[in-house]
Amino acid sequence: MDDLISEFITETVESLALLDNELVNLEQNPDDVAILSNIFRVMHTIKGTCGFLGLPRLEGVAHASENVLGKIRDRQLQATPQAISLVLESLDCIKGLIDHLSTHGSEPEGSDDELKRRLNHFAETGQVETSGASASASAAPAEPASAMNGTNGAHNPFPFFKGEDDPEIAAAIEKLMAEQTGAAPAAAPAPAAAAPQAETLSVPKAPPAAAVAEEAAPAKSAAANKAPPAKADDKDAGAGDSANQSIRVNINVLENLMQMVSELVLTRNQLMQIARTKDDKEFLTPLQQLSLITTELQEGVMKTRMQPIGNAWSKFPRLIRDLSMELGKKIELKMIGAETDLDRQLLEVIKDPLTHMVRNSCDHGLETPDVRRAAGKPETGTVTLSAYHEGGHIIIEIADDGRGINIERVKQKALENGLATEAELATMTEKQIAQYIFAAGFSTAEKVTAVSGRGVGMDVVRTNIQKIGGTIDLDSSWGKGSTVAIKIPLTLAIVSVLLVEAGGQKFGVPQINVVELVRVSPDSSLAMEKINDSLVLRLRDKLLPLGTLSQMLGFNVSTQDLMQREMYIVVCKVGAYEFGIVVDRVFDTEEIVVKPVAEILKSLSIYSGNTILGDGSVIMILDANGLARSVGSSEMATRSSGQDVAALSLGAENEHLISFLLFTMGKGAPKAVPLELVSRLEEVDVSAIEIADDYPVVQYRGELMRLVTLDDSFSIPNTGMVDVIVFSYDKKVIGLVVKDIIDIVHAPFDIKISSKDAKEHGYLGSMVIAGKTTDVVDVAHLLSDMIGEVVSDAQKKKHAGFQDFKLLLVEDSPFFRNLTVPLLSAAGYKVTAAEDARHALDELSQKKYDMIVTDIEMPGMDGFDFATACRSNPNINGIPIVAYTSTVSDEIVKRTKNVGMQDCIMKTDRPGLLESVARCLTSHGRKEMAA
Amino acid sequence: MSTQTQQDSTISPSAMAMADSQMFVTMRIDRQLIGIPVRFVRDVLRGQKVTPIPLSPPEVSGSLNLRGRIVTVIDVRRRLRLPEMSADAKYMFVVVDHKGELYSLMVDHVGDVLTAPSAAIEKVPANLGGAWREVASGIYKMSDELLVIIDVETLLKLRMH
Repeated sequence: MDDLISEFITETVESLALLDNELVNLEQNPDDVAILSNIFRVMHTIKGTCGFLGLPRLEGVAHASENVLGKIRDRQLQATPQAISLVLESLDCIKGLIDHLSTHGSEPEGSDDELKRRLNHFAETGQVETSGASASASAAPAEPASAMNGTNGAHNPFPFFKGEDDPEIAAAIEKLMAEQTGAAPAAAPAPAAAAPQAETLSVPKAPPAAAVAEEAAPAKSAAANKAPPAKADDKDAGAGDSANQSIRVNINVLENLMQMVSELVLTRNQLMQIARTKDDKEFLTPLQQLSLITTELQEGVMKTRMQPIGNAWSKFPRLIRDLSMELGKKIELKMIGAETDLDRQLLEVIKDPLTHMVRNSCDHGLETPDVRRAAGKPETGTVTLSAYHEGGHIIIEIADDGRGINIERVKQKALENGLATEAELATMTEKQIAQYIFAAGFSTAEKVTAVSGRGVGMDVVRTNIQKIGGTIDLDSSWGKGSTVAIKIPLTLAIVSVLLVEAGGQKFGVPQINVVELVRVSPDSSLAMEKINDSLVLRLRDKLLPLGTLSQMLGFNVSTQDLMQREMYIVVCKVGAYEFGIVVDRVFDTEEIVVKPVAEILKSLSIYSGNTILGDGSVIMILDANGLARSVGSSEMATRSSGQDVAALSLGAENEHLISFLLFTMGKGAPKAVPLELVSRLEEVDVSAIEIADDYPVVQYRGELMRLVTLDDSFSIPNTGMVDVIVFSYDKKVIGLVVKDIIDIVHAPFDIKISSKDAKEHGYLGSMVIAGKTTDVVDVAHLLSDMIGEVVSDAQKKKHAGFQDFKLLLVEDSPFFRNLTVPLLSAAGYKVTAAEDARHALDELSQKKYDMIVTDIEMPGMDGFDFATACRSNPNINGIPIVAYTSTVSDEIVKRTKNVGMQDCIMKTDRPGLLESVARCLTSHGRKEMAA
Repeated sequence: MSTQTQQDSTISPSAMAMADSQMFVTMRIDRQLIGIPVRFVRDVLRGQKVTPIPLSPPEVSGSLNLRGRIVTVIDVRRRLRLPEMSADAKYMFVVVDHKGELYSLMVDHVGDVLTAPSAAIEKVPANLGGAWREVASGIYKMSDELLVIIDVETLLKLRMH
């Protein structure tokens, strides 16, 4: 292609990108003369250059829209939205023509008479032909339409094109253009937004740069790192300003340079390693100098690759404007932190995902003005883009104040698409469920619009983000809006990894996925526990699924062996899924240059790359997604495969589902016990069992643990190891000896058969778990002796005198009712249990109670509402209320106080409950006496 | 990388000069002499520290650091289902370029570069068995022994296990 034409195309593309934004600006500030002159000048330059190069179609369109712009500038016409739309349309037409020109080297056949006629009509009359406008918009050629359609970012109309500019020609064009159009050279198409598109990169020009570049510099005043100067006089001044000078460098040159510097850094590190072992002063000084220069060089080269994220955002104002017209919504775009620097390679990769998410926010997130008004929100919806640095990462957030994600619809969709079962969904938190929108083929939009809703997007978005070592997180609140947060490394070239050891070999775990490190050993309070063959760790009331790195990597290590040793757990997070990787040792973190693994190893999903460390050794970098899959599959082998990892997370609590530990004891049906009550799982050597006080006991953590069996058909074997489920209250422990531990399942607590006989044998009754009839162990019965002990130990004496107090227990879970009633009864109170708040209020209206103990999480009316109801009833408002709940947080405590509850106790803290009840009754009693 | 291109340009003309003869780097593996076209070869190394890669195919013995580039090491004995050398035996490494990636062939010994007239290269005999048949592309009859010419591309095709 003609060099002149290539040059023209590059510059025009840049100008057009600039114009898009300027026009939107103009619409908002129709009186800003500076903006107008800018726009006019750019259009004028395009027209002039086209005329000079002999491109009649382009020239015609540019001329017609220049006319319109000229009239607007001269205040003969108003910059109405219709007028701007018309000019934007002509820009799209120009883009289409340029697109064709760049691929075919000539303008396409056809004419733009219709568009020109409308432009001219407007210029003459100031009237926009409304019918004609919409007709021609839909009749517009496909190419411009896609250019306008920002989602299709892969469609780059300007394929790689070498910027090997001949400075003489460039200068000649410049001169000619100036003559032709009368425009000052400095006004030549500036910037910047389109620079990456043309696969070249502008870097601030270093002072000693070649004289050749100097000559060509004015022609390309594009300073990619600077926002395009908005005002004409700025620009004029800037032309002579050397700080603004930049040169175009082919991106491959920079990539190569980066590669070289990376290797130089590694070599330097190796040298430093050697120097540490040798005591050679003469050698050390220049080495340190070398090291310093290398660091500076590295930083310098990194800087050339950095671009402000605003470059990726530059087309959004136009996009938002088009979308708001198309969707009939009022949308405001806020951009915060546009100057945040980011590696250009990453910038390219996130451009499309960002565009997609912005569209999603506008289309699905924001409501139409009437809906917003009805919801009491301002008519104009806001989409906020923000970017900032955090650690070695950049965080980009796309937030909208729209309707948020409808979790119910997501659930429904997940079920329809077979991504999860009802039972699985029931165990997941809203946040985990929301992550399903990242699954392939997932769209909750009720209707597919031209803009989005086809369900091919969010999965691609996530894949793209993960490809560059980033993570994506979604937060949504129904009615209030959604926020998508993307966390990506600052640069692809250098990442931070945590070095760990497994099987005697070092591996790297990307730091971005690491949440925390935990040291475990069999005799510390933090120890790994085994369920069937899966390892888990109790970490702050959550069960963390664990995977052993050495086992995942195929080293032959027995789980039993690992549990005996001191190990480290690297807690990782992928999306909303947290899991732990068990490793032998943890070293420090190191900044490394990730290199892709060889082609023949690509199928190993556990590795994301490899690298050379400072000491010259090669290590493999583990892939967090691959690890998550490994942990998920071994952890939940029975589940159907191919699910989103988020679905595999344990530890999610739900008010309807309880996690049960399934096991067998002798013959008969499998047994179950709620996992929440299990304190640990142990293997006990039978030879260590002693007899004390007629009961088998075993020494356990400095205490004696009584061992019990529940079934006559099963007795403790004479030799070998037995599995023991340990229950503990306060500091007392009791061990239930079982034959085999089978699994953990989630099921609703729904006793089908409950006979007196079963109860006498220590069972609550039978229910169906995982399709099998299962006997549920009555832990309260099992522990009745011990509960008695807990009470008798210290409290009973203190409680003397409270014997006749009547307590009302409000608890929806039959299980906890069965557990708490005996505890309180044993302490001497008269206890009545109500299964929900409504029953409790009935009960309170009929009888007089001295005290209420209530659960918080209950179906229908929850504990807070219940307390409020009590407080508003003058007959019962004086009764003390204690919240007895499975989770206690600062917020919950605050809320209990706000609704007038006296105390808030964890369900695991049984002595605490007794204490609190006694305390409340005492102070309440005093008040009554005083009254 | 630039070093590669330089090597490419130095090797190609000499190879081109003799249109009807080919140059091979010869190697010995379990007493058998094998050869690969010289244009693939980038380097010959010895005494390298190889880092194993867990879960990789058994033929991949690990990776090594060649002046800042990571090279995947292929155990040619295992690839050809030959017995392993004794534990303290010293291997040699022939680094080859395959589609822009570097692989290193781990062999017993690396010999000379040899020029063979194309006419003297024969087809692989039909009775050559097993893995040999898969990777051999021809036989060059030398006066005292036979050189099996190895097709590097096929040699590097590994099945995942």
